[in-house]
Amino acid sequence: MSELTLDKPRSPRRPAARRSNGELYSWLFMRISGVALLVLVLGHLFIMNILDGGVHRINFGFVAGRWASPFWQFWDLAMLWLAQIHGGNGLRTVINDYARKDATRFWLKVLLYVSMVLIIALGTYVIFTFDPNITD
Amino acid sequence: MTATAEVSTGSRGAQPPVPDGAITLTLKVRRFNPEVDDEPRWDSFEIPALPTDRVLNLLHYVKWYLDGTLTFRRSCAHGICGSDAMRINGVNRLACKVLVKDLLAGGGKQTTITIEPIKGLPVHKDLLVDMEPFFEAFRAVKPYLITYGNEPTRERVQSVADRERFDDTTKCILCACCTTSCPVYWTEGSYFGPAAIVNAHRFIFDSRDEGAEERLDILNDIDGVWRCRTTFNCTDACPRGIQVTKAIQEVKRALLFKRV
Repeated sequence: MSELTLDKPRSPRRPAARRSNGELYSWLFMRISGVALLVLVLGHLFIMNILDGGVHRINFGFVAGRWASPFWQFWDLAMLWLAQIHGGNGLRTVINDYARKDATRFWLKVLLYVSMVLIIALGTYVIFTFDPNITD
Repeated sequence: MTATAEVSTGSRGAQPPVPDGAITLTLKVRRFNPEVDDEPRWDSFEIPALPTDRVLNLLHYVKWYLDGTLTFRRSCAHGICGSDAMRINGVNRLACKVLVKDLLAGGGKQTTITIEPIKGLPVHKDLLVDMEPFFEAFRAVKPYLITYGNEPTRERVQSVADRERFDDTTKCILCACCTTSCPVYWTEGSYFGPAAIVNAHRFIFDSRDEGAEERLDILNDIDGVWRCRTTFNCTDACPRGIQVTKAIQEVKRALLFKRV
């Protein structure tokens, strides 16, 4: 029996599913961190801009006083990490959706991840090593 | 057929008499002839139409009486085969299911109807697109019954409630209205797209089928359901009224809670 030859064979098959839950977890993370950020960011804005005279009372001493408490250290740390990873993951999605060439996609992602790591590292370093007596 | 080329270049010769109550409207068609054009172009036709005409009738009028080179797909012309999906006034519809009276401009103004090929698939000619990427995604979700073990000696029985779970997604006619209305699909063709997920849903939630896990694994990948941004374009576009976005969300939920 002669084999059927097609002028335009079927398009190449997709790579097999990788059985990884990465996309699921990133989707779930976006939902949970989004809700957490609502509380953290709105609370932050309220304290910084509205409560007790708002921005006018913010100075070195105010920041030093806040970061003397582990609670505010943790608050700011959580806000920094969640906002960076939430925003970074969102941008990753946008890059995946809109970058047309593999090279563009790759370099945009490199830029994104490097900036995320730098900002998270710098922010974390400042929160933990902040010295209120720096002017002494 | 007698030569009437002097008055017409359509495939059926001279234009028929204009019926009573007909309105003249402008049909703007996005056209592309790969042998002549470098870029797609717009062509306009003045057409006498009855309010009860379908958009497909207008295309027939162009092809039969004005310009026989206009290329489009249609088969049953009654909303069943899903051949004539196109962008009508910017939204994906079946040309055989849209009536002229629903597109008329108000206030006695001249009506213009724009027709474009569905977006996100390569255009062969005029409104004719290459459907292969669409069907490749469809095949990739294994849209057929998968069972293991010995075949039962009797029919595979299913309760009414179990049948109800995937009833909505059995209605799909693979017209590609939903997939080519999805902004994620426009920019990233490797996304499975709503239609493939709908057809996976039809088997994942079928109590007689045993391939749910394979299909869920496929849709859990980077080009699967997590790409969906719930813009609801697909639900709006579906000529069969399938709640497409809901079906996609049900697949997400099945993945999230590991429960079908």
